[in-house]
Amino acid sequence: MQRYFLNIYIGIKTILIGMFITLKHMFTKSVTVQYPHKKLDIPERCRNLLLNKIEDCIGCYQCARACPVYCITMETIKAFEGENLGLTSDGSKKRLWIPVFDIDMAKCCYCGLCTYPCPTKCLIMTDKYEYSTYKRDNLIFHFTNVDAVKAAELREKDHIRKMEKEK
Amino acid sequence: MLQKEIQREYYNKFVELVVEIAKWLGMYNSLPAIWWFIIASIVAALFFFFIIAVFALIAIYVERKVSGHVQDRLGPMETGWHGILQTLADTIKLFLKEDIIPAAVDRKLFILAPVIVFMTSLAVFVVFPFSEKFVVTELNIGILYVVAISTVVVPGIIMAGWSSNNKWSLFGAMRSAAQIVSYEIPVGLSIVCAVMAAGDLSMQGIVVKQAGGFWNWFIFSNPFTFVAFFIYFLASLAEVNRMPFDIPEAESELVAGYMTEYSGIRWAFFFLAEYGNMLAVSIIAVTLFLGGWQAPFPALEFIPGWLWFLCKTLFLVFVQIWMRWTLPRLRVDQLMYICWKVLTPFAFVCIFGGGLWQVLIK
Ligand code: SF4
Ligand code: SF4
Repeated sequence: MQRYFLNIYIGIKTILIGMFITLKHMFTKSVTVQYPHKKLDIPERCRNLLLNKIEDCIGCYQCARACPVYCITMETIKAFEGENLGLTSDGSKKRLWIPVFDIDMAKCCYCGLCTYPCPTKCLIMTDKYEYSTYKRDNLIFHFTNVDAVKAAELREKDHIRKMEKEK
Repeated sequence: MLQKEIQREYYNKFVELVVEIAKWLGMYNSLPAIWWFIIASIVAALFFFFIIAVFALIAIYVERKVSGHVQDRLGPMETGWHGILQTLADTIKLFLKEDIIPAAVDRKLFILAPVIVFMTSLAVFVVFPFSEKFVVTELNIGILYVVAISTVVVPGIIMAGWSSNNKWSLFGAMRSAAQIVSYEIPVGLSIVCAVMAAGDLSMQGIVVKQAGGFWNWFIFSNPFTFVAFFIYFLASLAEVNRMPFDIPEAESELVAGYMTEYSGIRWAFFFLAEYGNMLAVSIIAVTLFLGGWQAPFPALEFIPGWLWFLCKTLFLVFVQIWMRWTLPRLRVDQLMYICWKVLTPFAFVCIFGGGLWQVLIK
Protein backbone atom coordinates (compact mmCIF):
# COMPACT_ATOMS: atom_id res chain seq x y z
CA MET A 1 0.00 0.00 0.00
CA GLN A 2 2.75 2.37 0.98
CA ARG A 3 4.63 1.52 -2.18
CA TYR A 4 1.53 2.17 -4.22
CA PHE A 5 1.14 5.70 -2.95
CA LEU A 6 4.86 6.32 -3.10
CA ASN A 7 4.77 5.20 -6.70
CA ILE A 8 2.01 7.65 -7.52
CA TYR A 9 3.79 10.42 -5.69
CA ILE A 10 7.02 9.76 -7.56
CA GLY A 11 5.12 9.56 -10.83
CA ILE A 12 3.51 12.93 -10.36
CA LYS A 13 6.70 14.51 -9.10
CA THR A 14 8.80 13.30 -12.00
CA ILE A 15 6.19 14.37 -14.52
CA LEU A 16 6.23 17.86 -13.05
CA ILE A 17 10.02 17.96 -13.04
CA GLY A 18 10.11 16.80 -16.64
CA MET A 19 7.53 19.33 -17.73
CA PHE A 20 9.41 22.08 -15.98
CA ILE A 21 12.59 21.11 -17.81
CA THR A 22 10.89 21.11 -21.21
CA LEU A 23 9.30 24.44 -20.39
CA LYS A 24 12.72 25.85 -19.63
CA HIS A 25 14.05 24.56 -22.92
CA MET A 26 11.14 26.10 -24.77
CA PHE A 27 12.58 29.48 -23.92
CA THR A 28 16.27 28.82 -24.35
CA LYS A 29 17.89 29.91 -27.54
CA SER A 30 17.81 27.19 -30.14
CA VAL A 31 21.00 25.87 -31.61
CA THR A 32 19.76 25.58 -35.18
CA VAL A 33 21.78 27.25 -37.91
CA GLN A 34 19.46 28.35 -40.70
CA TYR A 35 21.63 26.63 -43.23
CA PRO A 36 21.10 28.02 -46.69
CA HIS A 37 20.79 31.52 -45.28
CA LYS A 38 23.55 31.28 -42.77
CA LYS A 39 26.57 29.08 -43.13
CA LEU A 40 29.06 28.01 -40.58
CA ASP A 41 32.72 28.47 -41.42
CA ILE A 42 34.13 25.13 -42.30
CA PRO A 43 37.48 23.95 -40.96
CA GLU A 44 40.54 24.99 -42.86
CA ARG A 45 41.80 21.55 -43.82
CA CYS A 46 38.55 19.80 -44.62
CA ARG A 47 38.03 17.96 -47.87
CA ASN A 48 35.40 19.10 -50.32
CA LEU A 49 35.35 19.93 -53.99
CA LEU A 50 38.69 19.51 -55.75
CA LEU A 51 40.14 22.34 -57.75
CA ASN A 52 42.99 22.23 -60.17
CA LYS A 53 44.63 25.57 -60.76
CA ILE A 54 45.33 24.52 -64.30
CA GLU A 55 47.76 27.35 -65.08
CA ASP A 56 50.13 25.82 -62.52
CA CYS A 57 49.63 22.20 -63.57
CA ILE A 58 52.58 20.60 -65.31
CA GLY A 59 50.69 17.51 -66.36
CA CYS A 60 52.87 15.08 -64.42
CA TYR A 61 50.15 12.47 -63.81
CA GLN A 62 51.13 12.14 -60.14
CA CYS A 63 47.61 12.87 -58.99
CA ALA A 64 45.92 10.53 -61.43
CA ARG A 65 48.21 7.73 -60.31
CA ALA A 66 47.69 8.42 -56.63
CA CYS A 67 43.93 8.30 -56.86
CA PRO A 68 42.66 4.99 -55.47
CA VAL A 69 39.44 5.09 -57.47
CA TYR A 70 40.82 6.46 -60.74
CA CYS A 71 38.58 9.42 -60.95
CA ILE A 72 41.09 11.75 -62.56
CA THR A 73 41.26 11.40 -66.33
CA MET A 74 44.08 13.19 -68.09
CA GLU A 75 45.44 13.61 -71.55
CA THR A 76 48.68 15.41 -72.21
CA ILE A 77 50.43 16.40 -75.38
CA LYS A 78 54.06 17.38 -75.45
CA ALA A 79 54.68 20.93 -76.48
CA PHE A 80 55.83 21.37 -80.09
CA GLU A 81 59.09 22.90 -81.12
CA GLY A 82 59.22 26.61 -80.64
CA GLU A 83 56.21 26.68 -78.33
CA ASN A 84 56.69 28.26 -74.95
CA LEU A 85 54.00 27.28 -72.47
CA GLY A 86 55.36 29.55 -69.80
CA LEU A 87 56.23 28.91 -66.17
CA THR A 88 54.15 27.90 -63.20
CA SER A 89 53.93 30.21 -60.25
CA ASP A 90 56.73 28.34 -58.48
CA GLY A 91 58.98 28.65 -61.50
CA SER A 92 58.84 25.17 -63.04
CA LYS A 93 58.69 25.07 -66.80
CA LYS A 94 55.50 23.74 -68.35
CA ARG A 95 56.26 21.22 -71.05
CA LEU A 96 52.89 19.66 -71.74
CA TRP A 97 49.59 20.76 -73.15
CA ILE A 98 46.73 19.37 -71.07
CA PRO A 99 43.70 19.06 -73.36
CA VAL A 100 41.84 16.90 -70.83
CA PHE A 101 41.87 17.09 -67.08
CA ASP A 102 38.60 15.70 -65.71
CA ILE A 103 37.84 14.89 -62.10
CA ASP A 104 34.76 12.75 -61.59
CA MET A 105 33.49 13.92 -58.22
CA ALA A 106 30.80 11.25 -58.33
CA LYS A 107 33.52 8.65 -57.87
CA CYS A 108 35.75 10.66 -55.58
CA CYS A 109 35.96 9.41 -52.04
CA TYR A 110 37.53 12.59 -50.70
CA CYS A 111 40.64 10.82 -49.49
CA GLY A 112 42.83 13.71 -50.55
CA LEU A 113 45.58 11.40 -51.77
CA CYS A 114 45.77 13.22 -55.09
CA THR A 115 46.65 16.51 -53.49
CA TYR A 116 49.78 15.36 -51.67
CA PRO A 117 52.01 14.33 -54.57
CA CYS A 118 51.28 17.34 -56.74
CA PRO A 119 54.68 18.96 -57.26
CA THR A 120 53.37 22.43 -57.91
CA LYS A 121 50.62 22.35 -55.27
CA CYS A 122 48.04 23.18 -57.89
CA LEU A 123 45.54 20.42 -57.09
CA ILE A 124 43.81 21.45 -53.90
CA MET A 125 40.74 20.81 -51.83
CA THR A 126 38.50 23.87 -51.70
CA ASP A 127 35.86 24.82 -49.15
CA LYS A 128 33.04 24.41 -51.66
CA TYR A 129 30.60 21.66 -50.74
CA GLU A 130 27.40 22.58 -52.54
CA TYR A 131 27.60 21.14 -56.01
CA SER A 132 24.74 18.66 -56.19
CA THR A 133 23.11 18.49 -59.60
CA TYR A 134 20.40 16.59 -61.38
CA LYS A 135 22.74 14.91 -63.83
CA ARG A 136 25.62 12.69 -62.95
CA ASP A 137 27.60 14.08 -65.85
CA ASN A 138 27.59 17.45 -64.17
CA LEU A 139 29.71 15.98 -61.43
CA ILE A 140 32.62 15.59 -63.82
CA PHE A 141 34.59 18.74 -63.41
CA HIS A 142 36.66 19.80 -66.39
CA PHE A 143 39.85 21.70 -65.83
CA THR A 144 41.73 22.59 -68.93
CA ASN A 145 43.14 25.72 -70.46
CA VAL A 146 42.86 24.35 -73.97
CA ASP A 147 39.57 24.83 -75.75
CA ALA A 148 38.01 22.12 -77.92
CA VAL A 149 39.16 23.58 -81.26
CA LYS A 150 42.68 24.02 -80.05
CA ALA A 151 42.65 20.51 -78.54
CA ALA A 152 41.62 18.96 -81.87
CA GLU A 153 44.35 20.91 -83.59
CA LEU A 154 46.92 19.77 -81.06
CA ARG A 155 45.87 16.14 -81.41
CA GLU A 156 46.15 16.41 -85.16
CA LYS A 157 49.63 17.90 -84.93
CA ASP A 158 50.65 15.29 -82.39
CA HIS A 159 49.44 12.55 -84.67
CA ILE A 160 51.43 13.94 -87.56
CA ARG A 161 54.51 14.20 -85.33
CA LYS A 162 54.14 10.56 -84.29
CA MET A 163 53.74 9.44 -87.88
CA GLU A 164 56.87 11.34 -88.83
CA LYS A 165 58.81 9.74 -85.99
CA GLU A 166 57.77 6.28 -87.05
CA LYS A 167 59.03 6.86 -90.57
CA MET B 1 -33.42 28.96 -13.08
CA LEU B 2 -30.80 30.72 -15.10
CA GLN B 3 -30.13 27.47 -16.84
CA LYS B 4 -33.81 27.02 -17.69
CA GLU B 5 -33.89 30.48 -19.19
CA ILE B 6 -30.89 29.78 -21.30
CA GLN B 7 -32.39 26.54 -22.44
CA ARG B 8 -35.59 28.16 -23.50
CA GLU B 9 -33.82 30.97 -25.19
CA TYR B 10 -31.17 29.09 -27.05
CA TYR B 11 -32.69 25.71 -27.62
CA ASN B 12 -31.96 24.76 -31.20
CA LYS B 13 -30.76 28.24 -31.74
CA PHE B 14 -28.84 27.27 -34.80
CA VAL B 15 -31.84 25.80 -36.59
CA GLU B 16 -33.81 28.91 -35.77
CA LEU B 17 -31.08 31.05 -37.17
CA VAL B 18 -31.14 29.16 -40.45
CA VAL B 19 -34.93 29.37 -40.59
CA GLU B 20 -34.70 33.07 -39.92
CA ILE B 21 -32.29 33.56 -42.79
CA ALA B 22 -34.50 31.48 -45.06
CA LYS B 23 -37.50 33.60 -44.16
CA TRP B 24 -35.56 36.73 -44.77
CA LEU B 25 -34.62 35.46 -48.21
CA GLY B 26 -38.25 34.57 -48.85
CA MET B 27 -37.46 30.93 -49.38
CA TYR B 28 -38.95 29.44 -46.27
CA ASN B 29 -42.23 28.31 -47.82
CA SER B 30 -40.64 26.65 -50.80
CA LEU B 31 -39.55 23.64 -48.71
CA PRO B 32 -41.22 21.65 -45.92
CA ALA B 33 -40.02 22.57 -42.44
CA ILE B 34 -38.12 19.33 -41.94
CA TRP B 35 -35.86 20.28 -44.83
CA TRP B 36 -34.80 23.41 -43.04
CA PHE B 37 -33.83 21.28 -40.11
CA ILE B 38 -31.72 19.09 -42.37
CA ILE B 39 -30.13 22.09 -44.05
CA ALA B 40 -29.34 23.59 -40.66
CA SER B 41 -27.70 20.33 -39.63
CA ILE B 42 -25.59 20.28 -42.77
CA VAL B 43 -24.54 23.86 -42.25
CA ALA B 44 -23.61 23.08 -38.65
CA ALA B 45 -21.61 20.04 -39.75
CA LEU B 46 -19.74 22.08 -42.34
CA PHE B 47 -19.12 24.77 -39.79
CA PHE B 48 -17.55 22.32 -37.35
CA PHE B 49 -15.62 20.70 -40.13
CA PHE B 50 -14.23 24.10 -40.90
CA ILE B 51 -13.41 24.68 -37.23
CA ILE B 52 -11.64 21.35 -36.90
CA ALA B 53 -9.72 21.89 -40.12
CA VAL B 54 -8.56 25.34 -39.12
CA PHE B 55 -7.75 24.13 -35.64
CA ALA B 56 -5.75 21.22 -37.06
CA LEU B 57 -3.83 23.59 -39.33
CA ILE B 58 -2.90 25.78 -36.40
CA ALA B 59 -2.37 22.98 -33.90
CA ILE B 60 -0.04 21.05 -36.17
CA TYR B 61 1.99 24.18 -36.72
CA VAL B 62 2.08 24.91 -32.99
CA GLU B 63 2.92 21.31 -32.25
CA ARG B 64 5.88 21.39 -34.59
CA LYS B 65 7.04 24.70 -33.24
CA VAL B 66 6.69 23.60 -29.62
CA SER B 67 8.42 20.31 -30.29
CA GLY B 68 11.18 22.19 -32.02
CA HIS B 69 11.74 24.62 -29.20
CA VAL B 70 11.51 21.94 -26.54
CA GLN B 71 14.38 20.23 -28.29
CA ASP B 72 16.24 23.52 -28.81
CA ARG B 73 15.45 23.53 -32.50
CA LEU B 74 13.45 26.07 -34.44
CA GLY B 75 10.78 23.97 -36.13
CA PRO B 76 9.50 24.94 -39.58
CA MET B 77 11.03 28.22 -40.71
CA GLU B 78 10.91 28.37 -44.50
CA THR B 79 7.32 28.53 -45.73
CA GLY B 80 6.02 31.97 -44.95
CA TRP B 81 7.00 34.01 -41.93
CA HIS B 82 8.57 31.56 -39.44
CA GLY B 83 7.06 28.68 -41.41
CA ILE B 84 3.51 29.78 -40.74
CA LEU B 85 2.24 28.37 -44.05
CA GLN B 86 3.97 25.03 -43.61
CA THR B 87 0.88 23.06 -42.61
CA LEU B 88 -1.09 24.65 -45.43
CA ALA B 89 1.54 23.49 -47.88
CA ASP B 90 1.49 20.02 -46.33
CA THR B 91 -2.28 19.90 -46.62
CA ILE B 92 -2.17 20.80 -50.29
CA LYS B 93 0.43 18.12 -50.77
CA LEU B 94 -1.83 15.60 -49.02
CA PHE B 95 -4.74 16.47 -51.27
CA LEU B 96 -2.63 16.03 -54.35
CA LYS B 97 -1.37 12.63 -53.25
CA GLU B 98 -2.45 9.50 -55.01
CA ASP B 99 -5.26 7.78 -53.14
CA ILE B 100 -3.98 4.25 -52.78
CA ILE B 101 -6.24 1.40 -51.78
CA PRO B 102 -4.03 -1.67 -51.46
CA ALA B 103 -5.19 -4.74 -53.38
CA ALA B 104 -5.51 -6.99 -50.34
CA VAL B 105 -7.72 -4.76 -48.22
CA ASP B 106 -11.39 -5.22 -47.55
CA ARG B 107 -12.46 -2.34 -49.75
CA LYS B 108 -15.79 -1.40 -48.20
CA LEU B 109 -14.59 -1.37 -44.61
CA PHE B 110 -11.36 0.30 -45.62
CA ILE B 111 -13.24 3.19 -47.16
CA LEU B 112 -15.82 3.36 -44.39
CA ALA B 113 -13.41 3.40 -41.45
CA PRO B 114 -12.00 6.94 -41.76
CA VAL B 115 -15.52 8.25 -42.32
CA ILE B 116 -16.75 6.73 -39.06
CA VAL B 117 -13.73 7.86 -37.10
CA PHE B 118 -14.00 11.40 -38.37
CA MET B 119 -17.77 11.51 -38.01
CA THR B 120 -17.63 10.68 -34.32
CA SER B 121 -15.05 13.32 -33.65
CA LEU B 122 -17.24 15.80 -35.53
CA ALA B 123 -20.51 14.73 -33.92
CA VAL B 124 -19.53 15.60 -30.35
CA PHE B 125 -19.09 19.24 -31.26
CA VAL B 126 -22.81 19.99 -31.55
CA VAL B 127 -23.39 20.10 -27.81
CA PHE B 128 -20.40 22.20 -26.81
CA PRO B 129 -21.30 25.62 -25.50
CA PHE B 130 -18.83 27.93 -27.21
CA SER B 131 -20.26 30.99 -25.54
CA GLU B 132 -23.36 32.04 -23.63
CA LYS B 133 -25.21 32.27 -26.93
CA PHE B 134 -23.59 29.86 -29.29
CA VAL B 135 -24.40 26.21 -28.85
CA VAL B 136 -25.82 24.28 -31.77
CA THR B 137 -28.11 21.96 -29.85
CA GLU B 138 -28.79 22.44 -26.18
CA LEU B 139 -29.28 18.79 -25.23
CA ASN B 140 -30.32 18.31 -21.64
CA ILE B 141 -28.17 15.18 -21.51
CA GLY B 142 -25.30 16.81 -23.39
CA ILE B 143 -22.39 15.25 -21.55
CA LEU B 144 -23.93 11.78 -21.72
CA TYR B 145 -24.26 12.24 -25.46
CA VAL B 146 -20.58 13.18 -25.68
CA VAL B 147 -19.47 10.12 -23.76
CA ALA B 148 -21.72 7.88 -25.80
CA ILE B 149 -20.74 9.23 -29.19
CA SER B 150 -17.03 9.30 -28.53
CA THR B 151 -17.10 5.55 -27.92
CA VAL B 152 -18.36 4.93 -31.45
CA VAL B 153 -14.83 5.63 -32.61
CA VAL B 154 -13.81 2.12 -31.50
CA PRO B 155 -15.65 0.24 -34.27
CA GLY B 156 -14.17 2.68 -36.76
CA ILE B 157 -10.65 1.98 -35.56
CA ILE B 158 -11.19 -1.77 -35.45
CA MET B 159 -12.58 -1.57 -38.99
CA ALA B 160 -9.51 0.29 -40.15
CA GLY B 161 -7.21 -2.24 -38.53
CA TRP B 162 -9.06 -5.31 -39.66
CA SER B 163 -9.74 -4.23 -43.22
CA SER B 164 -6.14 -3.15 -43.80
CA ASN B 165 -5.08 -6.79 -43.73
CA ASN B 166 -1.81 -5.84 -42.15
CA LYS B 167 -0.31 -7.04 -38.90
CA TRP B 168 0.64 -3.60 -37.68
CA SER B 169 -2.77 -2.20 -38.42
CA LEU B 170 -4.45 -5.02 -36.59
CA PHE B 171 -2.20 -4.72 -33.57
CA GLY B 172 -2.66 -0.98 -33.51
CA ALA B 173 -6.41 -1.29 -33.77
CA MET B 174 -6.56 -3.89 -31.02
CA ARG B 175 -4.43 -1.84 -28.71
CA SER B 176 -6.37 1.26 -29.51
CA ALA B 177 -9.69 -0.40 -28.84
CA ALA B 178 -8.46 -1.89 -25.58
CA GLN B 179 -7.10 1.44 -24.52
CA ILE B 180 -10.17 3.45 -25.41
CA VAL B 181 -12.52 1.00 -23.75
CA SER B 182 -10.48 0.92 -20.54
CA TYR B 183 -9.98 4.63 -20.37
CA GLU B 184 -13.64 5.32 -20.93
CA ILE B 185 -14.12 4.25 -17.32
CA PRO B 186 -11.95 6.83 -15.52
CA VAL B 187 -13.15 9.42 -18.02
CA GLY B 188 -16.75 8.58 -17.29
CA LEU B 189 -16.20 8.51 -13.54
CA SER B 190 -14.40 11.82 -13.44
CA ILE B 191 -17.14 13.33 -15.58
CA VAL B 192 -19.65 12.04 -13.03
CA CYS B 193 -17.76 14.03 -10.38
CA ALA B 194 -18.33 17.25 -12.26
CA VAL B 195 -21.89 16.33 -13.10
CA MET B 196 -22.59 15.68 -9.43
CA ALA B 197 -21.13 19.01 -8.49
CA ALA B 198 -23.32 20.71 -11.09
CA GLY B 199 -26.41 18.59 -10.63
CA ASP B 200 -26.96 18.85 -14.35
CA LEU B 201 -26.15 16.86 -17.47
CA SER B 202 -26.52 19.68 -19.97
CA MET B 203 -23.24 21.21 -21.02
CA GLN B 204 -24.58 24.75 -20.96
CA GLY B 205 -26.15 24.07 -17.57
CA ILE B 206 -22.83 22.86 -16.18
CA VAL B 207 -21.12 26.02 -17.38
CA VAL B 208 -23.81 28.26 -15.96
CA LYS B 209 -23.37 26.61 -12.56
CA GLN B 210 -19.76 27.75 -12.52
CA ALA B 211 -20.52 31.45 -12.89
CA GLY B 212 -18.90 34.16 -10.81
CA GLY B 213 -15.14 33.86 -10.67
CA PHE B 214 -12.64 31.09 -10.87
CA TRP B 215 -13.21 29.91 -7.29
CA ASN B 216 -16.61 28.70 -8.47
CA TRP B 217 -15.14 26.60 -11.23
CA PHE B 218 -15.51 22.96 -10.42
CA ILE B 219 -11.78 22.35 -10.41
CA PHE B 220 -11.46 24.67 -7.40
CA SER B 221 -14.83 24.19 -5.80
CA ASN B 222 -13.82 21.13 -3.80
CA PRO B 223 -10.68 18.95 -3.47
CA PHE B 224 -12.31 15.92 -5.05
CA THR B 225 -13.22 17.64 -8.29
CA PHE B 226 -9.70 19.04 -8.32
CA VAL B 227 -8.33 15.52 -8.45
CA ALA B 228 -11.07 14.51 -10.86
CA PHE B 229 -9.91 17.15 -13.29
CA PHE B 230 -6.45 15.62 -13.49
CA ILE B 231 -7.89 12.15 -13.76
CA TYR B 232 -10.05 13.34 -16.61
CA PHE B 233 -7.16 15.07 -18.30
CA LEU B 234 -4.85 12.05 -18.13
CA ALA B 235 -7.52 9.57 -19.12
CA SER B 236 -8.66 11.73 -22.01
CA LEU B 237 -5.09 11.89 -23.27
CA ALA B 238 -5.16 8.11 -23.38
CA GLU B 239 -8.54 8.15 -25.04
CA VAL B 240 -7.38 10.26 -27.92
CA ASN B 241 -4.19 8.20 -28.24
CA ARG B 242 -1.84 11.04 -27.55
CA MET B 243 1.59 10.83 -26.08
CA PRO B 244 2.48 9.45 -23.60
CA PHE B 245 -0.36 7.04 -24.32
CA ASP B 246 0.13 6.73 -28.06
CA ILE B 247 0.76 3.01 -27.90
CA PRO B 248 -1.69 2.25 -30.74
CA GLU B 249 0.39 4.34 -33.10
CA ALA B 250 3.78 3.65 -31.59
CA GLU B 251 5.92 4.50 -34.60
CA SER B 252 8.90 2.53 -33.46
CA GLU B 253 7.00 -0.75 -33.17
CA LEU B 254 3.85 -0.44 -35.25
CA VAL B 255 4.77 1.94 -38.08
CA ALA B 256 1.58 3.96 -37.73
CA GLY B 257 -0.82 1.55 -36.05
CA TYR B 258 -4.23 1.30 -37.65
CA MET B 259 -3.39 4.03 -40.17
CA THR B 260 -0.46 2.17 -41.68
CA GLU B 261 -2.14 1.33 -44.98
CA TYR B 262 -3.85 4.67 -45.43
CA SER B 263 -2.56 7.44 -47.59
CA GLY B 264 -3.61 10.72 -49.06
CA ILE B 265 -7.00 12.11 -48.22
CA ARG B 266 -8.17 9.11 -46.17
CA TRP B 267 -5.15 9.36 -43.98
CA ALA B 268 -5.82 13.08 -43.67
CA PHE B 269 -9.23 12.27 -42.26
CA PHE B 270 -7.72 10.12 -39.55
CA PHE B 271 -5.32 12.87 -38.77
CA LEU B 272 -8.06 15.45 -38.72
CA ALA B 273 -10.10 13.23 -36.42
CA GLU B 274 -7.14 12.97 -34.10
CA TYR B 275 -6.81 16.71 -33.84
CA GLY B 276 -10.57 17.07 -33.61
CA ASN B 277 -10.54 14.71 -30.64
CA MET B 278 -7.73 16.65 -29.09
CA LEU B 279 -9.83 19.79 -29.35
CA ALA B 280 -12.95 17.97 -28.15
CA VAL B 281 -11.38 16.59 -24.96
CA SER B 282 -9.92 19.99 -24.18
CA ILE B 283 -13.33 21.56 -24.66
CA ILE B 284 -14.93 18.96 -22.39
CA ALA B 285 -12.31 19.55 -19.72
CA VAL B 286 -12.81 23.30 -19.97
CA THR B 287 -16.58 23.00 -19.88
CA LEU B 288 -16.73 20.59 -16.97
CA PHE B 289 -13.96 21.83 -14.76
CA LEU B 290 -12.64 25.18 -15.91
CA GLY B 291 -15.83 27.15 -16.16
CA GLY B 292 -16.38 26.99 -19.92
CA TRP B 293 -16.87 30.48 -21.27
CA GLN B 294 -17.02 32.08 -17.81
CA ALA B 295 -14.50 34.78 -17.01
CA PRO B 296 -12.09 34.01 -14.15
CA PHE B 297 -13.06 37.21 -12.34
CA PRO B 298 -16.48 38.83 -12.35
CA ALA B 299 -14.77 42.09 -13.19
CA LEU B 300 -13.53 40.63 -16.47
CA GLU B 301 -16.94 39.66 -17.73
CA PHE B 302 -16.97 42.42 -20.33
CA ILE B 303 -14.59 40.28 -22.40
CA PRO B 304 -16.79 38.07 -24.59
CA GLY B 305 -17.30 34.50 -23.42
CA TRP B 306 -16.04 32.82 -26.54
CA LEU B 307 -12.68 34.51 -26.07
CA TRP B 308 -12.31 33.05 -22.59
CA PHE B 309 -13.45 29.74 -23.93
CA LEU B 310 -10.91 29.87 -26.72
CA CYS B 311 -8.07 30.84 -24.39
CA LYS B 312 -8.77 28.06 -21.92
CA THR B 313 -9.21 25.44 -24.61
CA LEU B 314 -6.07 26.41 -26.45
CA PHE B 315 -4.17 26.45 -23.19
CA LEU B 316 -5.21 22.87 -22.51
CA VAL B 317 -4.26 21.92 -26.06
CA PHE B 318 -0.89 23.51 -25.43
CA VAL B 319 -0.50 21.48 -22.25
CA GLN B 320 -1.27 18.35 -24.22
CA ILE B 321 1.40 19.19 -26.74
CA TRP B 322 3.80 20.11 -24.00
CA MET B 323 3.23 16.77 -22.24
CA ARG B 324 3.69 14.96 -25.49
CA TRP B 325 7.18 16.28 -25.90
CA THR B 326 8.08 15.70 -22.28
CA LEU B 327 7.06 12.16 -21.50
CA PRO B 328 8.20 8.96 -23.17
CA ARG B 329 5.69 6.38 -24.33
CA LEU B 330 4.32 3.93 -21.78
CA ARG B 331 4.39 0.19 -22.05
CA VAL B 332 1.09 -1.60 -22.53
CA ASP B 333 1.11 -3.08 -19.02
CA GLN B 334 2.01 0.29 -17.51
CA LEU B 335 -0.86 1.82 -19.42
CA MET B 336 -3.31 -0.70 -18.04
CA TYR B 337 -1.82 -0.32 -14.58
CA ILE B 338 -2.43 3.41 -14.63
CA CYS B 339 -5.95 2.99 -15.86
CA TRP B 340 -7.21 0.18 -13.66
CA LYS B 341 -5.11 0.50 -10.56
CA VAL B 342 -4.59 4.22 -10.25
CA LEU B 343 -7.10 6.33 -12.15
CA THR B 344 -10.19 4.18 -11.63
CA PRO B 345 -9.92 3.76 -7.84
CA PHE B 346 -9.03 7.41 -7.45
CA ALA B 347 -12.01 8.37 -9.57
CA PHE B 348 -14.27 6.27 -7.35
CA VAL B 349 -12.87 7.99 -4.28
CA CYS B 350 -13.51 11.31 -5.97
CA ILE B 351 -17.12 10.44 -6.69
CA PHE B 352 -17.66 9.27 -3.15
CA GLY B 353 -15.88 12.22 -1.56
CA GLY B 354 -17.47 14.67 -3.95
CA GLY B 355 -20.89 13.31 -3.07
CA LEU B 356 -20.22 13.60 0.63
CA TRP B 357 -18.90 17.10 0.17
CA GLN B 358 -22.03 18.01 -1.76
CA VAL B 359 -24.23 16.68 1.01
CA LEU B 360 -22.29 17.76 4.10
CA ILE B 361 -20.56 21.01 3.22
CA LYS B 362 -22.90 22.64 0.76
S1 SF4 C 1 40.46 12.89 -53.25
FE1 SF4 C 1 41.04 10.74 -53.41
S2 SF4 C 1 39.41 9.84 -54.62
FE2 SF4 C 1 39.19 12.04 -54.86
S3 SF4 C 1 40.33 12.49 -56.72
FE3 SF4 C 1 41.74 12.74 -55.02
S4 SF4 C 1 42.79 10.78 -54.83
FE4 SF4 C 1 40.95 10.45 -56.08
S1 SF4 D 1 50.01 16.21 -59.73
FE1 SF4 D 1 49.55 18.38 -59.87
S2 SF4 D 1 50.89 19.06 -61.51
FE2 SF4 D 1 50.81 16.86 -61.65
S3 SF4 D 1 49.19 16.48 -63.13
FE3 SF4 D 1 48.25 16.41 -61.09
S4 SF4 D 1 47.55 18.47 -60.78
FE4 SF4 D 1 48.93 18.60 -62.46
